[in-house]
Amino acid sequence: MIKVNNINSFYGKAHILNNLSFDIAGGEVVAMLGRNGAGKTTTMKSIMQLVRPKTGTVFFKEHEISRMAPHQVAKLGLGYVPEERRIFTDLTILENLEVGRQPPRKDAPEWSVDILFELFPNLHERRNNRGKTLSGGEQQMLTIARTLMGNPLCLLLDEPSEGIAPVIVEQMAKTILELKKQGLTVLLSEQNLHFARMVADRAIIIEGGEKRFDDTFAQLEAQPDIKEAYLSV
Amino acid sequence: MGLIFAQLLTGLANAATLFLVASGLSLIFGVTRIVNFAHGSFYMLGAFIGYSLMQVLPGMFGFWSSVLLAGLAVGVIGVIVEILVLRPVYKAPELFQLVATFGVILVIQDLALLTWGPDDVLGPRAPGLKGIVRIMGEPVPKYDLALIAITPFVLFILWYLISKTRIGILVRAATQDREMVGALGVNQAWLFTGVFFLGATLAGLGGAIQLPKGGADLLMDFNILAAIFVVVVIGGMGSLPGAYVAAVLISVLNVFGVTYIPQSTLVLMFVVMAVVLLIKPYGLFGREEVAGEHGQVGEPERPIKPAGTRGRIIVGGLLVILAMVPFFGSNFAQVLITDIIIFALFAASLHFILGLGGLVSFGHAAFFGSGAYVAALLVTHANSPMEIAFLLAPLGAGGAAIIIGWLCMRLTGVYFAMLTLAFAQLIWSLVYQWGEFTGGDDGLVDIWPAAWLNGTTPYYYFTLLFGIGGILLLRHVAHTPFGYALRASRDSMRQAEATGINTKRIQWAAFAFAGAVAGLSGALFVFSKGSVFPTELELAKSFDALIVIFLGGVKTLAGGVVGGASLEFAKDFLTRFEYWRLLLGLLIIFVVILAPEGIVGASRRLGERLGFVDDGEGRR
Ligand SMILES: Nc1ncnc2c1ncn2[C@@H]1O[C@H](COP(=O)(O)OP(=O)(O)OP(=O)(O)O)[C@@H](O)[C@H]1O
Ligand SMILES: [Mg+2]
Repeated sequence: MIKVNNINSFYGKAHILNNLSFDIAGGEVVAMLGRNGAGKTTTMKSIMQLVRPKTGTVFFKEHEISRMAPHQVAKLGLGYVPEERRIFTDLTILENLEVGRQPPRKDAPEWSVDILFELFPNLHERRNNRGKTLSGGEQQMLTIARTLMGNPLCLLLDEPSEGIAPVIVEQMAKTILELKKQGLTVLLSEQNLHFARMVADRAIIIEGGEKRFDDTFAQLEAQPDIKEAYLSV
Repeated sequence: MGLIFAQLLTGLANAATLFLVASGLSLIFGVTRIVNFAHGSFYMLGAFIGYSLMQVLPGMFGFWSSVLLAGLAVGVIGVIVEILVLRPVYKAPELFQLVATFGVILVIQDLALLTWGPDDVLGPRAPGLKGIVRIMGEPVPKYDLALIAITPFVLFILWYLISKTRIGILVRAATQDREMVGALGVNQAWLFTGVFFLGATLAGLGGAIQLPKGGADLLMDFNILAAIFVVVVIGGMGSLPGAYVAAVLISVLNVFGVTYIPQSTLVLMFVVMAVVLLIKPYGLFGREEVAGEHGQVGEPERPIKPAGTRGRIIVGGLLVILAMVPFFGSNFAQVLITDIIIFALFAASLHFILGLGGLVSFGHAAFFGSGAYVAALLVTHANSPMEIAFLLAPLGAGGAAIIIGWLCMRLTGVYFAMLTLAFAQLIWSLVYQWGEFTGGDDGLVDIWPAAWLNGTTPYYYFTLLFGIGGILLLRHVAHTPFGYALRASRDSMRQAEATGINTKRIQWAAFAFAGAVAGLSGALFVFSKGSVFPTELELAKSFDALIVIFLGGVKTLAGGVVGGASLEFAKDFLTRFEYWRLLLGLLIIFVVILAPEGIVGASRRLGERLGFVDDGEGRR
């Protein structure tokens, strides 16, 4: 579904991603793990073309997306949920969802405001409130719901569990598994190993912009040295 | 009572045009974050195109269709401008965009001159609305009543569009976070183009709809510019209801001003703006700007190093050549170089606050003009000797900068820039309207230097001494701890504050210092020309300096100097052609798009590529 091929990304002159490659198959949930500053967000942005890799290619389905604009990438069915949430604080919840709305796609589950309100009942209650009045957890739900309005085939979730209460983290895990059941492919970045293990089939560990590990969680457990070296456990 | 009511109606009718044009500007700013200086030009085009259409479309239906078609035509022109000129520079620092729109102004001025000729045209009266009606005994034109009725209607349509439609929701989302809107699958490039279309259409409508009241002429672009900026700033950038309230406020006050205090009509608007901003810094309906949104982007600045040996040799050699000019150069060459040095000093003083301080001022001409006028007024009214007038001029300009700086320093970004523009216009209108004291439009004449400086060559050396001295002083100050603190305040206010720098005070002091140096250049100017006119205080003069810095390169100290010299040369060369504005405008637009680092930056890069100059990292 997603194929990242030897990408190198920069901020100005700072070299952040170093020949990074990985594949994600359709229907998989993959967790990208790594410490603060490891390059997880940059990887997501490089897939989304919000940061343009200087060299290397990114494929989504059969399309090479590494020369496309972000909105074209989104139109192909890649949904991006940013780490900082970036909801539109002056718009109401309904308006936020409207911004994300895209026509339905044959090969992806179709979402509507009503279905999403079933999935996130909190949002329904507050549908006419402005984004800035929402709590952190509600904001996180809204970002995910907003992206789902685009009926994506694949979700890029940047640290969905960051900064929200444990109860909501569990709810979030359920939501992600529900999305998987619907057939979505998910790449999520995480620092919370426990959370990642709950939802993901596979782990990719990056550090210093390079891939250090790419295998199942069972394999990761069998290699405590890797866990120790690259994750803050 | 009847009269007051009738005046109120006139004010409301005048508000129609102001609101239409200003709301377009506000919309464009709200979404694209571009301060579109060419907006006045769109308004002018609306008037001329509307006029031409009304010549061929007869009757009431023809009149109103012409107004609409003129609006749409200007909308299309706006789209062309957006796609060709602005798209390439959206990611550039805001100064680039300003300068690009300024290039557009010049181009449109000459295209209008080519198309409609130099003469003012009288707008046709609206068929069916020609007469007057009596309201409480006072005559009120029927057309005014039509305008009063139309405006709230337009406001409602715009409000509906923005708050109730999908397009409006996307526009508001893009105002806050364009990149995210793009990542959600919306092609924001077209959203921007759409907003530009709408904004330009509104300006065009405004131009066409005022034809029966005002006609069309080639000065209307600049004439409305200050007023619409005032309206947008008073109302709050990006707020439509704000634009409406402010347009009504300004227009009504203006009508009463004309009747009761006719000497102060021009000043009034800026006084209102200053008062509003001092109470509500972001306008009546505006919200605080998110800091950092307007920061300079692009490559980080190179550390400024004390001049190397080679640099000193080049500058020294140049000085020697300049000093020799009177021995081999013509009189004309000396006059031209005098002009260039004066202008370069003025531009370098703006560069000091803009490049080093990060404070974009749209009103720097205020201090150049203040210097010139302080000197000229002292000579005219106090018979003061030239030397004393010359010394007091920078002090006067510095004093003005201390006051204006204190008032403006509370704001940041575009609001700061707008406030400086307003105060500059305030000073301009004071000088313009206070004729008994300042000579008004006729200026002050017979301001010649002292006997020992009389003559081209002595004054040439005098200018060389003070002009180059001033530039070196600016450079020197940039390398003192004060200069470093100023740059630290620009780069990160919070970090600078944390290290114990009082950033506001540093910036205020820099603003005052730059004002004083600008005053020095103004003083040099007034004694070289023997006269001064209000044009030296005009917006266009401030814009000239901005363009110059931009041409030279914002990030290099030499930028102001090289840019100043280039612009004076370019003007001297281009003004030989009839349509020099067109050429200059196109030149500016090309520089913006092709060489955004300016002349100095671009030639340094060329030098690096060819191996002449060290690239700052030890490589050759
Ligand atoms: N806009 C930027 N400009 C310059 N450097 C940046 C920028 N954004 C991130 N970096 C740097 O790039 C590196 C990778 O950052 P990235 O945000 O991808 O890390 P991350 O793995 O997502 O970290 P976190 O877990 O804290 O979100 C870091 O060293 C960071 O300092
Ligand atoms: Mg991150």
